[in-house]
Amino acid sequence: MLGYIVRRLFATIPVIAVAAFLVFLLLYLTPGDPAAVIAGDIATVDDIERIRHKLGLDQPMLPRFWSWASAVLHGDLGISIFTNLPVTQLIGQRVEPTLSLALCTLFLAVLLAVPMGVISAWKAGSAIDRLVMLFSVAGFSIPVFVLAYLLIYLFAIELDWLPVQGYTPLREGLWPWLRHLILPSIALGTIYIALIARITRATMLDVLAQDYVRTAHAKGLAPTAVLMRHALKNAAVPIVTIIGIGVALLISGVVVTESVFAIPGIGRLTVDAIIRRDYPIIQGVILIFSAVYVLVNLIVDLSYRFFDPRIQY
Amino acid sequence: MVVMAEGLAASAGASRSPTWLRIEDALRRHPAAVLGAFMLLLLFVMALLAPLLGTIDPQAISPVRRLRQPSELYWFGTDMLGRDVYSRVIYGARVSLTVGLSVAVLATVLGLSIGIITGYVRWLDGIVMRVMDGLMSIPGVLLAIALIALTKASLENVIIAITITEVPRVVRLVRSLVLTLREQPYIDAAIAAGTRTPRILMRHILPNTVAPLLVQGTYVCASAMLTEAILSFLGAGTPPNIPSWGNIMAEARSLFQIANYLIFFPGAFLSLAVLSVNLLGDGLRDALDPRLARSM
Repeated sequence: MLGYIVRRLFATIPVIAVAAFLVFLLLYLTPGDPAAVIAGDIATVDDIERIRHKLGLDQPMLPRFWSWASAVLHGDLGISIFTNLPVTQLIGQRVEPTLSLALCTLFLAVLLAVPMGVISAWKAGSAIDRLVMLFSVAGFSIPVFVLAYLLIYLFAIELDWLPVQGYTPLREGLWPWLRHLILPSIALGTIYIALIARITRATMLDVLAQDYVRTAHAKGLAPTAVLMRHALKNAAVPIVTIIGIGVALLISGVVVTESVFAIPGIGRLTVDAIIRRDYPIIQGVILIFSAVYVLVNLIVDLSYRFFDPRIQY
Repeated sequence: MVVMAEGLAASAGASRSPTWLRIEDALRRHPAAVLGAFMLLLLFVMALLAPLLGTIDPQAISPVRRLRQPSELYWFGTDMLGRDVYSRVIYGARVSLTVGLSVAVLATVLGLSIGIITGYVRWLDGIVMRVMDGLMSIPGVLLAIALIALTKASLENVIIAITITEVPRVVRLVRSLVLTLREQPYIDAAIAAGTRTPRILMRHILPNTVAPLLVQGTYVCASAMLTEAILSFLGAGTPPNIPSWGNIMAEARSLFQIANYLIFFPGAFLSLAVLSVNLLGDGLRDALDPRLARSM
C-alpha cells in the first residue's frame, strides 16, 4: 500500500511538470510581445523593458525555465508586477476564504447529489426521477454567475435572509462564517451537484440490475439495506471518480463565484490580476490549482481500495 | 393510406444511412431533443435577422436615456450608457453562437486529427498524451484566462483560447475509439489485404468516430458558450466594443441592485441557448449509443 502511494505520487510529478512547462511556455508561444501587452497601452519603452526583464523574457528560454522551475520547487512563485510582493505571499493571504468556499461546496454537493442520484435510480421513471434529471440538465446550462445573481436577488434582496456579499473569517464565529458561504456554495455547487447526481444515477441503475441485488431482495433484506449496503457501496468507485474529476469545475467556478460575492479569495486575486495583466500571479494561481487538482485525483485513486477491497495495489 | 405512408417512410429510409435513421428515430422518441433543436434554430434565425427584429444600433450611446427600466419603448430597458439592452441581447446571440460553433468545429477537427494519429502511430502516443494530461490538469477557465492575458482581446483569440482548453478531451475520446477499433477483425482483414495505413484510417477508422464526435461536439459547443460568457464576465473575454451576453452582464455587475434586468435578460438567453445545445446533445447521445442511453 505504502509503496503504491509513493509510486503514484511520483507518477503525478510528470503531469504537474508538463502543466508547469505549458504555463511557462505560454509567455513564449503567444504571438506578439507579451511584455508590451502586459505593460498596457500607455506604457513607455522603459516600462516594457522593465517588465521584459522581470519576466525573464530577455533571457533564452530553457535556462530561464530551469531557474523558474527551481525557484518554484523552493516555494518561490515570483514577484507580482503590480504590487511587487511575492506571489506566494499574495496567494497565502487568500487561502482561507477559497478553501472555506470549496469545502462548503464539496460538502453540500456530495450531501445532496448522492442521495438525489440514489433515489432517482431507485425510483427510475417516476416523477422524482424526472425532476432530478430536469435539475441535472438545467444545472449544466445555467452559468454560475447568473445563478449567483438570481440567488442574491431572491434570498438576499427580496427575502433579506442572507447577506448579499462579503466574507467573515471563521475565527469570528461559526454562524457569521457559514451565513456568508450559503449562497456562494449553492451557486458554485449546482453544476457539480448536477454532474454527481447524474453519474450516481447511471451507476446505481447498472448495479441495481445485478444478480446479487436480486438475491439480496429475495432473501428478504429491507429495501434500504439492499440500497445502501449492496448497491451504493458497489457504485462508489465511479461516483468518487466523478467527484474528483468535477473538482476542475469547482476551481473554474470559484474564480467567478468569488467575484460575484466579493469574497477575498484566490479567485478574486486572479480577477484583479487579469485586469492589471499581472501575469506572475495568474501563472502562480494556475500552478497551484493544477497541483491541487492532480493531488485530489490522486487521493481519489487511493480511496478506491477503501470502497472496493478487490482492488490490489 | 397507412400502408402508403409506411412504404414512403421505408423508401425514404433506404436512401439514408443507418446513422441518420437512428437519429430520426431517436428524435421522435425524445421530444426534449426536438425542443432543443427547435430553440437552437430559433436562436440562429434571431442572430441572422438581428437588424430586422426591431433593434437599433446596439452600440448607440444615449446618456439622457440611461438605466431606464424595461418598458414598452425599451423592451429590456437601457444600460448605464443609454444603450438599448434588447438590441444588445439580440446582437449578442451572434457572438455566443459564433464562439460555440467555431470552437466545436475547431476542437473536433483538431482533436480528431491528433487523436487518430496518436492512436495509430504508437511511438507518438506517449509524448502527445503526456502533453494532453498536462493541459487537462489545468482547469479550463484558468488556462483560457492565461492565454487571453498574454494576447490582445479579440473574438478570434477568445475562440483560440477556448479551443485549446477543449481539444484534450476530444483527443482522449478519439484515441480511445481508435485503440478499440484497431483491434477489430476487419482492420486485420484490411491489413492482410494489403491496404495502406492512410486508407485504413480514412475508410475504416474515421467513419466509426463520426457518431461519438457528433455528441462530443455538441457538449463542446455548450461548454464553449459558457466559457466565453465567464471570460467576458471576468474581463478576459470578448472586447467591450462587441455586445456579447457576457459583456452586457460584466458591465452590469456594480449596478445589480438598481438594474437587475441588465443581468437577467442576457442571462436568461445564455441559459436557454446552452440548454438547447445540451438537450440536443443528450438526444443525439441516446440515438447514437443505445447502450449508454438506457443508463443515462
